[in-house]
Amino acid sequence: MTNKECSEIFAKLSEYLDGELAPDLCAEMAEHIEDCEPCVAFVESLKKSIGMVKAAPEAVLPGPVKQELRAQMLAAFEQFKLSSEAKPSPSGGV
Amino acid sequence: MAGDGEAFEPFVNLFHKKLFHFTFLTCGHREDAEEVAQETLLKIFTSFPQLRDAEHVRPWVFRIARNVCASKRRKSVFAPVAEISLDELQPLGRELADWKKVPEQAAISEELNEALRAAIRKLPDLYQPVLLLRDVEGLSTKETAEVLDIAEDAVKTRLHRARLAVRQELDGYLKGQR
Repeated sequence: MTNKECSEIFAKLSEYLDGELAPDLCAEMAEHIEDCEPCVAFVESLKKSIGMVKAAPEAVLPGPVKQELRAQMLAAFEQFKLSSEAKPSPSGGV
Repeated sequence: MAGDGEAFEPFVNLFHKKLFHFTFLTCGHREDAEEVAQETLLKIFTSFPQLRDAEHVRPWVFRIARNVCASKRRKSVFAPVAEISLDELQPLGRELADWKKVPEQAAISEELNEALRAAIRKLPDLYQPVLLLRDVEGLSTKETAEVLDIAEDAVKTRLHRARLAVRQELDGYLKGQR
């Protein structure tokens, strides 16, 4: 990945991988990448790295919600439900 | 109470886990992550009347999480904002690590996963929330822009730089594994 075209592609790789580019630009990039060994290797490494982030496992699970906080949440939830029910035309729950 | 559980318990369980994952990746300390996640959860319940559109509950939840995280920060407002330069992330003919040896997700070692979490935590403040919201939480570009109050183009730019920075960190880690 050294020439000007590679650098231009490098700047737009995420949009390319996310399918957020205009079809003609996307096709142009795909054509270049296909024939450029350094670009192929770089794109593969980026795709793998993004895949790892997307599937990042939870390191540890959270402990239980504190009882006091849970009680406050439930009270707030109850109050919200009551006020929603009291409205003549509710706009939807949660 | 049993009837309330139908909506209350699943919501608490789902978002408690999601918020903890988000805050743990952000700060890296279990106690801090627990505190921020639980505080956010309470704030969500007390803010329910402000939820305009139930269809967009996830962006709304993460917007609250962002605000709670921001209020917890003790950084000076005069601290410089760290930016990632695209030029520094260009491979420019440099040799890449052997990414073919990275196994499928299920077989990835805990050590590599920890290197990944460290790379995410290392991201500057400008970029980390974009990566977490887009790639970890799966929010759209538009939803992420709404949560962070930035333009969609800024989301795209920051996401790309964050992804490149994480890739580069992992590349370094993999080279060290030879």
